[in-house]
Amino acid sequence: MNNPKPKTIEIVKRGLARRYRAERRFRRMGLGAILLSLAFLGFLFVSIVGNGYTALLQTELQLEIYFAPQIFADTEVGNADYSRLVKEALYALFPQVTGRSERRSLAGLASSGAAFELRRMVLADRSLIGQRQRLWLPADDDVDMLVKGHLERAGGRLSETQLAWIDQLQAQGQVAKHFNRTFFTAGDSREPELAGIWGAVCGSFYTLLVTLALSFPLGVATAVYLEEFAPRNPWTDLIEVNINNLAAVPSIVFGLLGLAVFLGVFGMPRSAPVVGGLVLALMTLPTIIIASRAALQSVPPSIRDAALGVGASKMQMIMHHVLPLALPGILTGTIIGMARALGETAPLLMIGMVAFIVDIPNSFTDPAAVLPVQIYLWADSPERAFVERTSAATLVLLAFLIVMNGLAVVLRRRFERRW
Amino acid sequence: MMLLTLLLLLTLSAYYLGLRRAVSVAGGPEEVRSLHSRPPYYGVLTAIWCGLPALLIYVAWQMLEGRLITYLALAQLPPELQTLSPARLNLILNDIRNVIAGNIAEGQISPAIQAAAEHYRRLQTISSIASGVVVVAAALAGLALVHRRIHLRLRARNHVERLVLWLLVACSTVAIFTTIGIVLSVLYEALRFFKSVPLTEFLFGLQWSPQMAIRSDQVGSSGAFGALPVLAGTLLISGIAMAVAVPIGLLAAIYLSEYAGKRFRGAAKPLLEILAGVPTVVYGFFAALVVAPLIRSAGQTIGLDVSSESALAAGLVMGIMIIPFVSSLSDDMINAVPQALRDGAYGLGATRSETIKQVVLPAALPGIVGGVLLAVSRAIGETMIVVMAAGLTANMTLNPLKAVTTVTVQIVTLLVGDQEFDSPKTLAAFALGLLLFVITLGLNIIALKVVRKYREQYE
Repeated sequence: MNNPKPKTIEIVKRGLARRYRAERRFRRMGLGAILLSLAFLGFLFVSIVGNGYTALLQTELQLEIYFAPQIFADTEVGNADYSRLVKEALYALFPQVTGRSERRSLAGLASSGAAFELRRMVLADRSLIGQRQRLWLPADDDVDMLVKGHLERAGGRLSETQLAWIDQLQAQGQVAKHFNRTFFTAGDSREPELAGIWGAVCGSFYTLLVTLALSFPLGVATAVYLEEFAPRNPWTDLIEVNINNLAAVPSIVFGLLGLAVFLGVFGMPRSAPVVGGLVLALMTLPTIIIASRAALQSVPPSIRDAALGVGASKMQMIMHHVLPLALPGILTGTIIGMARALGETAPLLMIGMVAFIVDIPNSFTDPAAVLPVQIYLWADSPERAFVERTSAATLVLLAFLIVMNGLAVVLRRRFERRW
Repeated sequence: MMLLTLLLLLTLSAYYLGLRRAVSVAGGPEEVRSLHSRPPYYGVLTAIWCGLPALLIYVAWQMLEGRLITYLALAQLPPELQTLSPARLNLILNDIRNVIAGNIAEGQISPAIQAAAEHYRRLQTISSIASGVVVVAAALAGLALVHRRIHLRLRARNHVERLVLWLLVACSTVAIFTTIGIVLSVLYEALRFFKSVPLTEFLFGLQWSPQMAIRSDQVGSSGAFGALPVLAGTLLISGIAMAVAVPIGLLAAIYLSEYAGKRFRGAAKPLLEILAGVPTVVYGFFAALVVAPLIRSAGQTIGLDVSSESALAAGLVMGIMIIPFVSSLSDDMINAVPQALRDGAYGLGATRSETIKQVVLPAALPGIVGGVLLAVSRAIGETMIVVMAAGLTANMTLNPLKAVTTVTVQIVTLLVGDQEFDSPKTLAAFALGLLLFVITLGLNIIALKVVRKYREQYE
């Protein structure tokens, strides 16, 4: 039987190589997509770490400060002209500089923070007056950038003479980079070398405290009601639809709500952590409710039946048995919600938390910035030195988030139970 | 503050009094079995009745106190001051408050205000004393009422549980009030905006320049409020983001659910989730600092003029942010396709990729479309990336290399900073907010419907 028509198996075999190629191609595309996303992630982290790690060090100048008694003669110690002490020390290093404008550019090498540093020292120890001391004092941000290699020498930010002075100081070993304590202890500042994140960290802390205090009890109570008590009726459906929709409403809309209602109607203070916390609480509420409901659902009915069987009331069964067993899941969801609230910026812009705030907030009603807003503000600043500080602040924020999410993972691993 | 501490102490002692009373009514610790409920419930019931009404009175008092005192203080002002405009009256009120706070040295201000400040201070003292008396009286009354009624047959547990249930119900309504609050606040301001700018101009106008002139003869004094260019920019950037996120996210989900081994999946999935956990402000900073200059210089080398705030940079980074969102939703949907469908395809001799392309994906398509719609709604509402990396001027263009603006960028630029609440400029932000809310709400409702319908199909 010489059939001209090829057998099916032959047709299949002929196409097999092509089909296998397509299979491999498809598989590689999938793997490529994952690797590409991970590459993005790596690129993001590398560029932020690469920009940010230099902010951990701050260039300082070694100056010989003479706490001349005549400067403290006529005024209170706190009001003395400390910047003159710094200037005199610089003039003493370069006695050949006499011109007025030249002297001014010489004085510009040191940060205005150097004077604050001296003031702090003298206020702590009056006996310094009249003494002569070698001290490391912060340099101006342009000097800092030059030493770190972020600033072109010919960039025009520093003049030829200034560059020569810096070179001479470097040759004498009077320029060095030290750990940047200011960055972790100070509030915001217009001067990059004086700016720190502590104010923003405190602001974030107060804001999150308000958020947690409101959204956790409210969220858990809502979840318990919906999961354990709510009858199936239109009212319950309405609540559920609302929660699901709120979970997807853009965060900036919550900011509009805060602006119109909390600030407009209730007259609450602008820029205050308490308002920020309220807005973020409303925003995280759906997350916590949904996570808590899932946790409550995962408690097996046998536990409930056993509790009811020995005579517990429904409320006792929930409070004494179901809720404690669901608690790890609820806490995991809460931590994830808090982490999201910590990184949230947009709604806080709406309620005025973008103000330039130098002081470190001490209460829920003090004007404050939070970490992400601080990043946003610094990212907008033109000085080159703020780029590395923005990146460093980002690193701090990411560190907090990693710790929180890590905590959530540990909690889940440790207490997760399969029934 | 002191009053609240006192109230707390009273409530705590009410608990103990109720507990002791219950035990003594029963006839000693041995006989508590004869009570209807366990003794602590009697304590809790007493504490609730002692603390709750008093607390409500306190809160109400605090809310009304300020307005009442202000009203009374202003009524005492000399008549020539009372006829001033509300704005001037506010200044005077501020003076009075500053005198009380000690911010202004006495003697720098007129005697009338001095007297008013005295009066204000007196009213404050009276109010705080009165509120203290009323709150404590309410607490004691509640305590006494319950304390006297405790006897063997009092169903304390049922009372407490009913109160707790009502508390739970009250908590669950917060979500509804939040939605009502959002809708009302945005709608109210938007309606005021539509009084000065007609709705049709807002929806179909082709010009957006919300700057209002200070003087009437200035150039561009009228301001133009046509939202179409803003909307077009939003769609352009979201479109770019989806063009990045959907293919990558979908392919990643397919690989993870169909090909990857358990260990690879266990490692890659959390790493992808990190992309979703990075705050948007970090993405914005990344876009503005790294991606935008990169694209700009890449464009220059091939001779293209790329704006430094190009839609491409913002869209690209937004796409990266949305990848995990798309991939985890698609992953769920692909996993929901029954194994039997796959086995059928394998049985007919299909390769894995053929099975995926011709069986699994069509089966999962409705769910994936729902997930993509959710992702679109997230892209449209995304704020920080575009605020930091996209432009401010509204351009009606489809060129991804040009700078465009988005709805969220406009809301932020219009509302950040100090300005009066009733200029069309600020109100326009609320109109845009309403637009944003309606669009995202619509997308979400459709997406949830689609997803739910799809899930039911295989259950």
